[in-house]
Amino acid sequence: MIWPLIRGLAKTLEHFFKKKITVQYPEERRELPDRFRGRPRLVLDQDGKIKCVVCELCVAVCPSGAITIEAEEGEDPSIRYPKKYVIDLGRCIYCGYCEQVCPRDAIVLTKEFELAKYSREELIYDIPKLIKEG
Amino acid sequence: MGELLFFIIFTLIKALVFVGILMFCVAMAVFIERRVLGFMQIRYGPNRAGPFGILQTIADGIKLFFKQDITLPVTEKGIYVLAPIITGITALLPFVAIPFADKIAPDTLTIFGKTFDLTKYSLNRGVIADLPAGVLFILAVSSLSVYGVLLAGWSSDNKYSFLGSMRMASQMLSYELCLGIAIMGVLMISGSMRMTEIVEAQKDVWFIVYQPFGFILYMVAAFAEACRTPFDLIECENELVCGFNTEYSSMKFALFYLAEYIHLFTIGGIATTFFLGGWQGPWLPSGLWFAIKVGCLFFFFVWVRATYPRVRFDQLMSLGWKYLIPLSLLNLVVTGIFITV
Repeated sequence: MIWPLIRGLAKTLEHFFKKKITVQYPEERRELPDRFRGRPRLVLDQDGKIKCVVCELCVAVCPSGAITIEAEEGEDPSIRYPKKYVIDLGRCIYCGYCEQVCPRDAIVLTKEFELAKYSREELIYDIPKLIKEG
Repeated sequence: MGELLFFIIFTLIKALVFVGILMFCVAMAVFIERRVLGFMQIRYGPNRAGPFGILQTIADGIKLFFKQDITLPVTEKGIYVLAPIITGITALLPFVAIPFADKIAPDTLTIFGKTFDLTKYSLNRGVIADLPAGVLFILAVSSLSVYGVLLAGWSSDNKYSFLGSMRMASQMLSYELCLGIAIMGVLMISGSMRMTEIVEAQKDVWFIVYQPFGFILYMVAAFAEACRTPFDLIECENELVCGFNTEYSSMKFALFYLAEYIHLFTIGGIATTFFLGGWQGPWLPSGLWFAIKVGCLFFFFVWVRATYPRVRFDQLMSLGWKYLIPLSLLNLVVTGIFITV
């Protein structure tokens, strides 16, 4: 009856001197996995234009309704491009469905995850914020 | 008249300095406990506030101070407010009789041309009041702390608090017996109830050598008295929310928290005085030796907390009544036989 109790004490003492597994976050960071899903990003083509053609599949698939798009016709009337592309990161659940469903690979999820802000308004990301590389 | 005034002032100063040191120690203890617990769970614990996180308790204290003090519409408002105060005071009281150092002042002191004899009421000793029956005083006062918890649980108008405090009362009553009997062996060997004489009797050999089982029994009972894991059934988060202090917030909660840690130091101080030679020790000053011994015991308390799960209530009761009390009685008889032979 006493022996297991002493072994328990020995175990905790062993842990006391062990190397700690805590990652001291702001100073040291874990390497993120390749399939990490962070802040969404709009991808540009080689001409520096947004690849998105406003098919609105992402709007349809988004489970939390975080995406709103407004279309605009360009010089070539056969191709549309977004006048407004807004993702409310306060609503976004980082599921990555938009990335999966996009036929042009125009939206991808980056590894950026430090998205804490002081107000909800700052979390509404429009095109200039969304095309930034993460 | 002058002598009485001098006695009062000198004792007051001694008590205030001691309480100041004790409060500092409690603040450090809370921090050290969290760090040690963290280390034993292979993590760091609080290490952000100040160097090594040393200011963590101060940060927590400030936070607690500015928290809203929720006063519930309880039926017995007076008792509800009084309970944490009783707990705090009764936790501090036993320290009056625990000797924490050898001599802290010269034998005589001359102030304004008047010479005072400091040896008269043991004013020069490292103890606030050198009572002739200090042991009885400590046992009596430490059992008073049950009232604070009991009243807190009762006046909270909350069934969980009430259950917690009921458990506390029965637990403390059961283990008090064992605690008293475990100490008895020491009293028989030293032949005195004066705390300073008990310490002086351990000049050559600590009583833990004569009373190893007494020490173990005392420690087990002390864990139950201080309501520490594995016997912290009054808090028992998984059944009783937080036990007796569920309905307390802000500074009232801080008082309970404080009392809990002072209680630990009391238990450690008593164990040091009775079994580990008090302030006796070579080279270092006597007060430091006392602090080191109590500190080691405190580390042991935390170590045990990091290791064992909580016992069930019926297990606690059967351990107290079926094993500890007969064993401590046996210890007493064996000690008696050895002394007479």
